[in-house]
Amino acid sequence: MKSAVITFPGINRERDMLLALEATTGVKPISVWHTETTLPDVDLVVVPGGFSYGDYLRCGAIAARSPIMADIKAKAMKGLKVIGVCNGFQIITEAGLLPGVLMRNADLHFVCREVKLKIENNQTFFTNKMAKGQIVSCPVAHGEGNYACDAETLKRLEGEGRVVFRYAEGSNPNGATNDIAGIINEAGNVIGMMPHPENMIEPLHGKMDCKPLFESLIAA
Amino acid sequence: MKAKIKVTLKNGVLDPQGKAIEGALGSLGFAGVNGVRQGKYFEIELAEKDKANAEAALKSMCEKLIANTVIENYEIELA
Repeated sequence: MKSAVITFPGINRERDMLLALEATTGVKPISVWHTETTLPDVDLVVVPGGFSYGDYLRCGAIAARSPIMADIKAKAMKGLKVIGVCNGFQIITEAGLLPGVLMRNADLHFVCREVKLKIENNQTFFTNKMAKGQIVSCPVAHGEGNYACDAETLKRLEGEGRVVFRYAEGSNPNGATNDIAGIINEAGNVIGMMPHPENMIEPLHGKMDCKPLFESLIAA
Repeated sequence: MKAKIKVTLKNGVLDPQGKAIEGALGSLGFAGVNGVRQGKYFEIELAEKDKANAEAALKSMCEKLIANTVIENYEIELA
């Protein structure tokens, strides 16, 4: 599993993601700066979290139009695996790789805490080491994670099992529609999620609940 | 040529910022505020002299970057 982690100005979780990928898959990922126009030869691209371009205009909007994103979009259409976490979810959604939008948290507060996450679909490249319905702990840290989409899209996401992660009952930190925390695209190669699994994989994190997510990548 | 662009949330899209402003207006003693919706306003200077070309370019700018048409509407005004 060769992977790349993209860094935009204002991103701050890229090191956590690089460490998590290396620690769990045993292969050192390649760090890619946003002005590159071509991705290295990899199986997986991760767009990490942070505050690209200071969330100017809309969160993720400017980063979504940066040079490297054109190549990510083109290769994602051909099956390249892509994971967007937090700001990365906002970026790939703004880029049109996933449907819907991440809006301001319903109560307007930035949330930085641990939530309970339910694995709704364990047939994906990022959840195949998890059990369906399994509930894990995972940190969130965002001000705009309130997932929204039109009724028809929501019906499709739910009907096609494309809600991969859902905030467990009573755990929704942002007002997201149907407690949606993470989704997958129709082709099954692009996943976006608001919580930060890279921060729950080793003893120093307090819990290691999300390590199996990264271990899923090895089998994928 | 100068353009003014107004971006507003579509009807039915929850606007928590508008709600907070509405609450703050109430606490300042402004009675009778029945709703607040927050939007964005842009002024864009264009080198283009032809109005039709400018309109087409601005529409494309709105679709590609300035508005997220999943949740937002935009209005273009050319001066």
